[in-house]
Amino acid sequence: MALLSKKDTSLILDPLADNNPITIQVLGICSALAITAELKASLVMAVSVIFVLGVGNVVISLMRNIIPSKIRIIVQLIVVATLVIIVDQVLKAFAYELSKTLAVFVGLIITNCIIMGRFEAFALANGPWKSFLDGIGNALGYGVILLIVGFFRELLGSGTLFGIPVLGDPIAKTGLYATGYENNGFMIIPPAALIVVGIIIWVQRSRNPALVEEH
Amino acid sequence: MHELKMKYKGKKMAPAINAFHTFLFTPDETTHSGSHVRGADDLKRTMNTVIMALVPVLLFSMFNAGYQHFSALNGFPENFSLMEHFLTWDNFWIGIIKVLPLLAVSYGVGLLVEFIFAVIKGHEVEEGYLVTGILVPLIVPIDTPLWMLAVAVVFGVVIGKEVFGGTGMNILNPALTIRAFLFFAYPTWMSGDKVWVYEARERSEAILAGATDVDAISGETILGFLAQNKEAAMSAKYSVSDMFYGFIPGSVGETPTLLILLGGLFLIFSKIASWRIMLSAVLGSLVMGLIFNGVVDQGWITETSKFYGLMSFDFWKHLIVGGLAFGIVYMATDPVTGSQTNRGKWIYGFLIGFISVMIRVFNPAYPEGVFLAILLMNVFAPTIDHYVIRGNVKRRMKRLQNVVIHPKDSDAHAAELKAETV
Repeated sequence: MALLSKKDTSLILDPLADNNPITIQVLGICSALAITAELKASLVMAVSVIFVLGVGNVVISLMRNIIPSKIRIIVQLIVVATLVIIVDQVLKAFAYELSKTLAVFVGLIITNCIIMGRFEAFALANGPWKSFLDGIGNALGYGVILLIVGFFRELLGSGTLFGIPVLGDPIAKTGLYATGYENNGFMIIPPAALIVVGIIIWVQRSRNPALVEEH
Repeated sequence: MHELKMKYKGKKMAPAINAFHTFLFTPDETTHSGSHVRGADDLKRTMNTVIMALVPVLLFSMFNAGYQHFSALNGFPENFSLMEHFLTWDNFWIGIIKVLPLLAVSYGVGLLVEFIFAVIKGHEVEEGYLVTGILVPLIVPIDTPLWMLAVAVVFGVVIGKEVFGGTGMNILNPALTIRAFLFFAYPTWMSGDKVWVYEARERSEAILAGATDVDAISGETILGFLAQNKEAAMSAKYSVSDMFYGFIPGSVGETPTLLILLGGLFLIFSKIASWRIMLSAVLGSLVMGLIFNGVVDQGWITETSKFYGLMSFDFWKHLIVGGLAFGIVYMATDPVTGSQTNRGKWIYGFLIGFISVMIRVFNPAYPEGVFLAILLMNVFAPTIDHYVIRGNVKRRMKRLQNVVIHPKDSDAHAAELKAETV
């Protein structure tokens, strides 16, 4: 007996590819543009969102029958805000430098459309276990894109991965830099993330034409 | 070639074969009889005309490459004579070894990308890159490394053009997209006083590394001088006629205002480029320049201000330095990315000139605002057209209301007319 039924598996795996929150639903773009210049920041952001969305979905799902529908948005916001503050405080305590890089964007997880979207669309109508899987799945789908974008932006923009130089030293001109290669300053600025996300969407849809919207 | 074409008909490589075929031969598949009117000004003719207007600029830039290099080394010649100091084999040789590779990489990489996309899409290869390919080497600094140019061309053609559907569908001018990519990706190669003259950068790097047998050379652009409030140093080095004829440092082909002017006239008389855009862009930059001159005359800006150098620069001189003239004549008039309506063209051109000079003055980090201004207006061109057309519709509707229509079927008729005009 597998740990997850077939339906449960698709809850986790679908958002990774064919129903990805960023590339298919085009949600949560702002943070994907802002913090992906470094892989480390992308990773922390991805983990934070996995935590917030996973736990948040369970909490909302447990409360789904007692939340009056007229004030459900307020209740959802309070749940997200609580979780985000926990993440923010943990980061400040254990990874202060990183929390400065992420700055306001941890707080802005509250407004990340993916989170409110999953609360509304899934957690309010499903049980806690399913909601948990759905939350983890969507947050993973978000995180995967963040990591891909972060990988290309950090590699091409700074020549490093997780802060470790992989292409040589740009000042001492070793490794690839000895041949005249230079870091691409364009990849550091946010518009580059938009273009990288665009290319990912392009590649994904040309591999799977079923995803292309009808006009 | 014909046999090859028939052999590959319907196969994957057919577009590539076809492209070579129509490049070498006139296709024999058009209608020969009947009442078809065929215009002589197809896309290929249009492109070729623009290229013809650019060739003098290209040749000049090859001589200027050498002229700037040797002048930076030995000082500018005392009694300048065109034949002795400018049109020399030594100067041209520098042009051949520096400018031609840029041109070759631009065309090679760009056409390769076009071919690949043509094969993937199963389209014919489009001629759109012919003009872009010659524009690109003319708007980059001479020492741009070839691999950077190649990367930028791939980016510009794919992201600037192919993703929108190829020639004729692009929102942004591909050549300017390439320039903007280079500017933001490799800023140290695109600005400063070491990039505009051949070898300047190599030499300064060698000196930094401890070499003593090389002389440092540098060539600051006019705008660069002004941005640092060094007007005296600039006017001692370059006269107004130098600026007009183009014997000044700058991107490869942006300097010769005279030749650009002639090219522009040629394009206007061959009806390829819009005189409305050119004229209104010139007016726009003059107006902005006059405003800045006025501000200085009023004494609101003093010599201590960091804007003083550029603000006090005579308004009409903005047209003969930097890339403004080149941008107005060859880039702003791109029929695909510019405004289409006549009134829209006036607004579009005016704002290009206006914003170019504004960026020049207010942001010394971007000594050349022309490409940004044109890209910005490229984005707004459809909006301008939209409102011009709406305005037209409104005016006609008003005229329609004033017309006395036969009372009986007036409503139905008005609705019909409305459907036509909208």
